[in-house]
Amino acid sequence: MRVTEQEVRYVAGLAHLKLSDEEVERFSSELGDVLTYMEKLNELDTRAVEPMAQVLYDAGETATLREDAERPVLDAEAALANAPVAGGGFYKVPKVIER
Amino acid sequence: MEVASLTVDRIREGLAARAFSAVELATEALRFAEAENAKTNAYLHFCPERALEAARRVDEKLARGQDGGALAGVPVAVKDVICTRGVRTTCGSRLLASYVPPYDATAVMRLEQAGAVVLGKANCDEFAMGSSNENSAFGPVRNPVAPERVPGGSSGGPAAAVAQGTAVLALGSDTGGSIRQPASFCGVVGVTPTYGRVSRYGLVAFASSLDHIGPFARSVRDTARLLGVIAGRDEMDSTSAFAPVPGYAAALDGRARGVKVGLPREYFDGLASETGDLIARGVDALRRLGCGVREISLPHTPYAVGCYYIICTAEASSNLARYDGVRYTMRAPGGETLIDMYRSTRGEGFGAECKRRIMLGTYVLSSGYYDAYYLKAQKVRTLIARDFAEAFRQVDAIVTPVSPFPAFRLGEKLDNPLEMYLSDIYTITGSLAGIPCMSVPCGRTVAGLPVGMQILTNHFDETGMFRLADAFERAGGADG
Repeated sequence: MRVTEQEVRYVAGLAHLKLSDEEVERFSSELGDVLTYMEKLNELDTRAVEPMAQVLYDAGETATLREDAERPVLDAEAALANAPVAGGGFYKVPKVIER
Repeated sequence: MEVASLTVDRIREGLAARAFSAVELATEALRFAEAENAKTNAYLHFCPERALEAARRVDEKLARGQDGGALAGVPVAVKDVICTRGVRTTCGSRLLASYVPPYDATAVMRLEQAGAVVLGKANCDEFAMGSSNENSAFGPVRNPVAPERVPGGSSGGPAAAVAQGTAVLALGSDTGGSIRQPASFCGVVGVTPTYGRVSRYGLVAFASSLDHIGPFARSVRDTARLLGVIAGRDEMDSTSAFAPVPGYAAALDGRARGVKVGLPREYFDGLASETGDLIARGVDALRRLGCGVREISLPHTPYAVGCYYIICTAEASSNLARYDGVRYTMRAPGGETLIDMYRSTRGEGFGAECKRRIMLGTYVLSSGYYDAYYLKAQKVRTLIARDFAEAFRQVDAIVTPVSPFPAFRLGEKLDNPLEMYLSDIYTITGSLAGIPCMSVPCGRTVAGLPVGMQILTNHFDETGMFRLADAFERAGGADG
């Protein structure tokens, strides 16, 4: 199986990843190799098999719910401390709305 | 004080006898670890203030005649994907090079409550993606046993620190083998507990249905002690299990008579190598301990690598979406629009393997491919889990190699991602099933490279796994 450079650019767009031309070329061949290997799964008939999304163990339906009570949360200053650009208690991003 | 060979017991005895204080031990452990680190790059950074503060608390408790805790004064390395309040947590990534978490992971909090002393943060593959530790943005780790070779990955730093003696215990994380494979390569003990046994609150997410936190140590007993401290329900992680935590270390009596051990034929077919010979010797030692050994079958094993790399990349592409230049420290300059800024930040911030996995995961989740890849893989995962459920109706424990080969040379597999992925072939099945699994040292090759034996037991039977490993270790391992 081969992934074309056009497909690589399309997927990179979905993933918001800027790739160099060299990366596009490299991923085109590497992803193809790995996806070909993954196609081995098609040898198995899984029509009657339930998908496994999580490892499950026995617990009551509401076991993971806690009491709906107030508790301390991070204050805004601590939450914003790692922001590359912040101000006035907010994250700052490039302009998204044109006037 | 010989810090490189300390055990939890010897530290407790030393503190009780006033041979040294916790602060003296922490000071010497930090000095030694910092001096030795150039040989391996096992630690990314140290946190001496935090370590000395933790040690001071232990000394104060002891001075008041109180119990210092189950791990009083014990120096620990913490993999740098596990959050430490006020101490940088980089995930081995350029993107998080200056990230300072505002909270502690539950596992770290429990460690310190038990008196442990966190010396620093250990190196790893970027976002725990890799099998060699060569994907760290801050340089590879060298194997302390053979410096021209890799320590394994992704928890290469924690494994190397414990092997080198610059930590007595370490916390790692395992998604498809990231604790067991480096433990095997470095000749130490490493455990991936049952899925949900240890809270992941504060573990930076890679593949949420597969991520685990687990312990490293130089002995089965110390590994069991560490797991006993960090295991148990945590309301901050809704996937953490309610099952009570038994006394793992107290159950170790060196006996393995009558334990039914299964050898899955799919793991041994075509394993004609020094690794295979050493595991065979290990199995002979188990027989001499009185274990009943029989062949079993886990028929869906050949599908595990494909299944795993679909599920883990899909989940990773989703989990890593949050690193977009808004909240987490790094933003690439020059993005005119919001989307440009996202794309440049992620393109510059992530290393090659992270990009590869984000691309694979986005591809298998993209419109038109979801059923063919992701849903298919989830169904195959059911079949793999059923294989184990069936096997545990016949045997108490399953024994396999951890890796098809011992530590390879730095650079040897870097240019071939598929070959690197295939090195996880024996560890990812247990991860997919969510069962406890561990690596215990099983001799060395002629060249002196450690080989690990993997022991797997049923969900929440960590006790059975530790008992078998402890009996094996006490009997002398593969040479017993």
